[in-house]
Amino acid sequence: MTVKVMTSKQVTKKVFNKEKLFILDVRNESDFNDWKIEGENFDYLNIPYFELLDGVEGILDKLPAGKEILVVCAKEGSSVMVAEMLSEEGLTVSYLQGGMKAWSEHLEPVKVGELTDGGEIYQFVRIGKGCLSYMVVSNGEAAIIDATRMTDIYVDFAKEIGAQITHVFDTHLHADHISGGRVIAENTGATYWLPPKDATEVTFEYSPLEGGNVVTFGNTAIDIHALYSPGHTIGSTSFVVDGKFLLSGDILFIDSIGRPDLAGMAEDWVADLRESLYSRYRELSEELVVLPAHFMIIDELNDDGSVSEKLGTLFAKNHGLNIEDENEFRKLVTENLPPQPNAYQEIRQTNMGKISPDEEKQREMEIGPNRCAVR
Amino acid sequence: MEAARILDAKGLACPMPIVRTKKAINELASGDVLEIYATDKGAKNDLAAWAKSGGHELIKHEEENGVLKFWIKKG
Repeated sequence: MTVKVMTSKQVTKKVFNKEKLFILDVRNESDFNDWKIEGENFDYLNIPYFELLDGVEGILDKLPAGKEILVVCAKEGSSVMVAEMLSEEGLTVSYLQGGMKAWSEHLEPVKVGELTDGGEIYQFVRIGKGCLSYMVVSNGEAAIIDATRMTDIYVDFAKEIGAQITHVFDTHLHADHISGGRVIAENTGATYWLPPKDATEVTFEYSPLEGGNVVTFGNTAIDIHALYSPGHTIGSTSFVVDGKFLLSGDILFIDSIGRPDLAGMAEDWVADLRESLYSRYRELSEELVVLPAHFMIIDELNDDGSVSEKLGTLFAKNHGLNIEDENEFRKLVTENLPPQPNAYQEIRQTNMGKISPDEEKQREMEIGPNRCAVR
Repeated sequence: MEAARILDAKGLACPMPIVRTKKAINELASGDVLEIYATDKGAKNDLAAWAKSGGHELIKHEEENGVLKFWIKKG
């Protein structure tokens, strides 16, 4: 039987379409338990490849007949080996091209809305890591928000739709992934905006983005209003785009809220987080469509793979927005927090320009799931 | 600690460091120590888990100039 190759893009489609897939993950148990490919109708078997070196006969009865099987490992090598062994036993299986490394870096662009002048807004779903970034396009100009380090994807996408990147924003100094904002700005001549309160230690030039700023681009005015909303970081800024979309950064997610501890200031920033969520956001229109910088669980994806919800719906349904008691709120966001993201201190320093790890090291720093939220 | 054998798996990608380690260990006597050099970062967790599941003991590991070094005692 043949061994087939499956790309991250093909697996992403299966996640979006809620298709069935049986994943034989041959990484070691702790890596698997820490982070895996999530899909609503995916089934899993985790057997480390090093337990299969003498043969796969022992696991054949654990593999379902008539179901599509995908073998997954960290970088591809071991999954190819196991897939070939299974193929010799007469099974048809696929392996994941590039392994979890490629899965972590895959971005899937999804159109999430149209602007009043005919422009559009795209969400780039980093499905393996739960990061969301955005491109707003208006009359041949593009603005990018919270770009990942896979900068070619945005630059190529803009080229494809005939748009020139003129503005690049980060809603805050990220701790879970390495920002591509500065690189994109340098390569395209775009303006790079950062909230100055998060940028006190950065080693490069940027344009200070402050609450109340209005950045207009495109021939017709698409205003991006910056809204100061501290709490996840002291500088965290949200955007209202075109009066329709609220880009909430790492402050508000669909089924969770931002965590205040990743810069070591949980106690200090609790009050800011509460103020942002319970006062500043309350003053906004409930009709705004919230577009966050992360999703935490696969259930937060809409049917088309996008992640968005009306602000009014979140006020009604998001648990983190419905805690009357301030002490209870303080407890939720400072106690029993999920583990901090892998290498988050090094990631922050990279985003400040203080250290410049090579690509391989950057990849390794970002390994693992996203952990920017509390539920 | 005296290693009975040194295995140089530098530059090899997963699964080869473990494939070679397993082969080398098979040729050793119980109680012998195998010293392994690898550059694949994944080797760290995988060798530890492999040694444990195979009844061997990972006595020590260190990192020097990007080279991961392991000492595994055959069980």
